[in-house]
Amino acid sequence: MVNRLLLSRLGPSLTGAVVGVLAPVLVFLGNPGNMGICVACFGRDIAGALGFHRAAVVQYLRPEIAGFILGSFISALAYREYRPRAGSAPIIRFFLGVFAMIGALIFLGCPWRAYLRLSGGDLNALWGIAGLASGVGIGIGFLWNGFNLGRSAPTAKASGMVMPALSILLLALLLLAPQFGRDAAGLPTGPIFFSKEGPGSMHAPAFIALGVGLLVGWMAQRSRFCTVGALRDLFMLKDPHLFYGIITLVIAAIGTNVALGQFKLGFTGQPVAHTNALWNFLGMLLSGLAFTLAGGCPGRQLIMSGEGDNDAAVFVMGLVVGAGIAHNFGFASGPKGPGPFALAAFATGMIFCLVVGFFNRGRVSA
Amino acid sequence: MTGKIQVDARGLSCPQPVLETKAALDSAKEGTVEVLVDTVTSRENVLRLASRLNWKGTWEESEQGGFRITLEK
Repeated sequence: MVNRLLLSRLGPSLTGAVVGVLAPVLVFLGNPGNMGICVACFGRDIAGALGFHRAAVVQYLRPEIAGFILGSFISALAYREYRPRAGSAPIIRFFLGVFAMIGALIFLGCPWRAYLRLSGGDLNALWGIAGLASGVGIGIGFLWNGFNLGRSAPTAKASGMVMPALSILLLALLLLAPQFGRDAAGLPTGPIFFSKEGPGSMHAPAFIALGVGLLVGWMAQRSRFCTVGALRDLFMLKDPHLFYGIITLVIAAIGTNVALGQFKLGFTGQPVAHTNALWNFLGMLLSGLAFTLAGGCPGRQLIMSGEGDNDAAVFVMGLVVGAGIAHNFGFASGPKGPGPFALAAFATGMIFCLVVGFFNRGRVSA
Repeated sequence: MTGKIQVDARGLSCPQPVLETKAALDSAKEGTVEVLVDTVTSRENVLRLASRLNWKGTWEESEQGGFRITLEK
């Protein structure tokens, strides 16, 4: 019954509503403000926890991410949709992931968080959402002109197990990390780093966060919930069914935020956000274009990686590496505004995406 | 047009299976169009497009592991 509903045209709306309620609840239980769920922020925190960057305030092994992958994996197995596949331009997808993450960290959030920020009253998100829509629009231009990254093909069954296994490893490290070394000042010496202060130190109880991740991963796998597909299909195909998932997410999240006393309307003083309109717009423009060329938002890529899609898994690895690059190279924004080299990162990312868009055209069908 | 058109959309990322199908349906206008896809998601997306364009769709599992969708109008 629930499965039939999730598979119907109402599936994305139902998933959006559940995300819209549970994400603010995770904030209430300890996650950073307007960051109940954020694939970019959480990917960045995981990269930091593994020592790939040393921004001490954003390091934590977010169990929601492992939950998404495992929830999708279990769902795909249960409904016979587990189909390991690979081979659609993996290195291009890797760098689309890298630049998608860099763009998201210039804005400070993935598309899911853009809508969650808006639902918490953060009006800076409007610039990000406008940028996202513009990036998707550029991507649509390439799609109309025959853009594609070539076919994937079925591959070894075991290859689809790598991401679920990695998820379990990350969960194990989350449990074991407090037992690893500390220096005389009590700071972690690695190999796993957890923030003592800042957003990385704020988190809901791990088992609740994992539970939400599993539920959302399962629902998103069934309903194909996608925040980039939502805009793309609305603009390109006049098909709004994914977009309704965004609408229900925003309505449910506003309601939940108001009920929990977390709704604060305005531009200034918003949690894990900056007020630079131009860079909020440009960051998401880069991300939106990269996501559209890759075929889906970062949440959707996680879900597909759980279904056995190796190319989506490579994109996810690109996200994690991109987070390390964004912080190590001064591309990522902070609460005060964009990083010192945001322009260089944006220009490089846009050139990469535009070249990819221009040079990967041509029909693949007979 | 009465000849059978086949679209091989196996292994393509979203939304290309739908775009390839739409191009085939638009050029065929009526008759039979066969679409090969490799995932349930693509199958659903192609069938949803077809029903919006008033094509009748049926599908079966194909020997190679994907699905063969037959669209008629």
